[in-house]
Amino acid sequence: MSTQVNEVLKQYPNAGRDSLIPILQDIQELDGYLSREAVIAVGEHLNLPASKIFGVATFYNQFTFEAQGKFHIQVCRGTACHVKGSLSVLEALEKECGCGAGKTSADGLFSIEVVACIGACGLAPVISINGEFYAAMDSTKVKEVIAGYRGKESA
Amino acid sequence: MIAKDTKCRHGLDKVNDKLLATINGDNAGLADEIAALTRKKVTKPTILVGTGTCGLAAGAGATLTKINSYLEGKKIDADVIEVGCVGLCAVEPTIEVQMPGKTRVTFQKATADTVEAIMDGCMSGNIPAETVFGQVRDDSQESYAGMPYVDEHPFMAMQQRLVLANCGSIDPTRIDEYIAGGGYQAFAKVLKMERADVCEEVLKSGLRGRGGGGFPTGQKWKFALNAEASQKYMVCNADEGDPGAFMDRAVIEGDPHKLLEGMAIGAYAIGATKAYCYLRAEYPLAIERFEEAIKQAHAWGLLGKNIMGTGFDLEIVIKKGAGAFVCGEETALIHSIEGKRGMPRPRPPFPAISGLFGKPTVVNNVETFANLANIINKGANWFASIGTDNSKGTKVFALSGKINRTGLVEVPMGTALRDIIFNIGGGIQNDRQFKGVQIGGPSGGCIPTQHLDIEIDYESLKTVGAMMGSGGLVVMDEDTCMVDVAKFFMDFIQRESCGKCIPCREGTRRMLEILERITHNRGSESTDEETLARFKGIMYIERLAEVIKDTSLCGLGQTAPNPILSTLRWFRDEYEAHIYDRKCPAGACKSLLTYEISAEECKGCTICAKKCPVGAIEGSVKEPHVINMDKCIACGTCIDVCKFNAVKVG
Repeated sequence: MSTQVNEVLKQYPNAGRDSLIPILQDIQELDGYLSREAVIAVGEHLNLPASKIFGVATFYNQFTFEAQGKFHIQVCRGTACHVKGSLSVLEALEKECGCGAGKTSADGLFSIEVVACIGACGLAPVISINGEFYAAMDSTKVKEVIAGYRGKESA
Repeated sequence: MIAKDTKCRHGLDKVNDKLLATINGDNAGLADEIAALTRKKVTKPTILVGTGTCGLAAGAGATLTKINSYLEGKKIDADVIEVGCVGLCAVEPTIEVQMPGKTRVTFQKATADTVEAIMDGCMSGNIPAETVFGQVRDDSQESYAGMPYVDEHPFMAMQQRLVLANCGSIDPTRIDEYIAGGGYQAFAKVLKMERADVCEEVLKSGLRGRGGGGFPTGQKWKFALNAEASQKYMVCNADEGDPGAFMDRAVIEGDPHKLLEGMAIGAYAIGATKAYCYLRAEYPLAIERFEEAIKQAHAWGLLGKNIMGTGFDLEIVIKKGAGAFVCGEETALIHSIEGKRGMPRPRPPFPAISGLFGKPTVVNNVETFANLANIINKGANWFASIGTDNSKGTKVFALSGKINRTGLVEVPMGTALRDIIFNIGGGIQNDRQFKGVQIGGPSGGCIPTQHLDIEIDYESLKTVGAMMGSGGLVVMDEDTCMVDVAKFFMDFIQRESCGKCIPCREGTRRMLEILERITHNRGSESTDEETLARFKGIMYIERLAEVIKDTSLCGLGQTAPNPILSTLRWFRDEYEAHIYDRKCPAGACKSLLTYEISAEECKGCTICAKKCPVGAIEGSVKEPHVINMDKCIACGTCIDVCKFNAVKVG
């Protein structure tokens, strides 16, 4: 278990059940995902069985149990994005990155997450890579953007 | 300019102390400071850059960098302020420039490469017309001759901005600007009122929940006020989960203190000393802005113990949503705050009697809270004079989809849908035909052309099988397939179903399967059973929808069949075309398209035959090829690879 998890837990002394989700969110923000060890440690801290914690964590879309890629891509699949062709954007991303939605590419470079709505509907379809937004996407632009990140990596 | 010092209450400097006094109506000797803070009087060029999430997506970050380097390069002393978005998504990024003594000018599509021209224009007074959206009307300033006004622009002319009034013109990180503009006066006023009177005032105003349900806010408060308990809670639902809605994000990013003041008013009215804001994690900027706002309110003594010496205590805590659509439902949201799976429970007991940690709890939406300060300041009668008989005030709509001017639109209740789409939104993109508009997200419904003249309020929408929801308006044109739209929503709903009750968990999945079958090529049916399943699905889909609607536990399940019921009601012919003719009239369901190779145009290069994943294309070199439709899975690969455009789609 990473020391980071301990650091997070230290910030929640005498925490109750209502701190569970914030704790998991903090750990995921640091580690990028929830490891088995982290979940068990949280369970010991909150005096809850690990199964309960997995129950909560798997319920929410935000939590992942697999390490994310170096570049984490969020693809908006909201209504406005759908109407404007976000499915083909997602397909193009999967092809360019070499991994499916919810997965991390074999080289560990990219991971793709489908999100319900980023809230930038006026600029649909939208994707966000490590927090940076790209508006009005299409498959050609996907190729350029991903090639850009690959270029950055090999440079 | 007033110092940006908000360290602690007693550390406020004299000016801020005086400014705080204005909340209680004491304006003595502060005219100059207020004029500066509200930008009635600026002493140097002031540039407002819209860096909300959508502005950033459109490139506002680069614009901001460029503006700063421009000012540095030319050694110009100016104020550059990051603001939330005005709601003009279609022309993002937007910036506003106010030169001393002149009106403020809004610039559209101000990307980094146009910054120099805009800034040169502002400094020389010779502003390039094509970059201008309009000037903001202000009689106390000198206007630019011949320049159009923002309020005359068709996007703005019909709008009445109350909730969004400050968005884009106030610095969301500064409480002093909010106070100088009249902020927190409503909070100060209610602290001197009886709690029951506050509830009564809100009830009298006719304000109804803006999250979609439309329950009278004052009524909900009264229930909670009258419930006996040692502790009560106020909760703000900022989990804006409806895909296609982003007004709450805009309010929190652009004017966080407005939400905070609304929450404080509500908390006082029901006697809650603790309030939670359940804010979705997908909105990192909104979280940051609201955290900052809470800190400042503490420093100014507007939160914490014994607020303004009245003995009223209030703490506001942010809870980050973890991405579950069902958490928009109030009992699910409460479970989520408690650290449990966000599953709804049967009501009663209603949260106003037994909610968070078993205590009386009121859950209201961001937009509902954002209306409160105005109601208290201007009175219930003023608010009730806006809107229709049963729906008062304004409503913010998020206009998106195949429309020319996407963005945030705030209009009085009762505005005709046609006006919103064709006047404000500027009609359909690329001169295509309007087909329908989806209102209220996955729980809402589609409104077709023949009902475009409907005057939107809570009741009128129900008559056409839709609902207000949170106010997302996604416009669809003739290229949008309504069966595909219904399928999209079903896919969303069945993934977001919490799984607690069977009608919703199983029913939504079955409905999705039925829609998938009718939008799929029959080549994919390998057995008679599958064909039979398709038939049965078509026969039972309406009945299944009714059962889910009648028997689901919570609002999510009860409204889950709405996309299917409303598209079936208005676009039945499209379903029939998919079922009987195996055609998608809009050409959106790829799998139903038929492919043919034109014998004249085919050069016999064989590339399509080589690339076809199922070997459905036959032909010899330099001879026209043919597609065996029995094998074709309509993947479209042949079209993509053909260099001679010989493959035709029907």
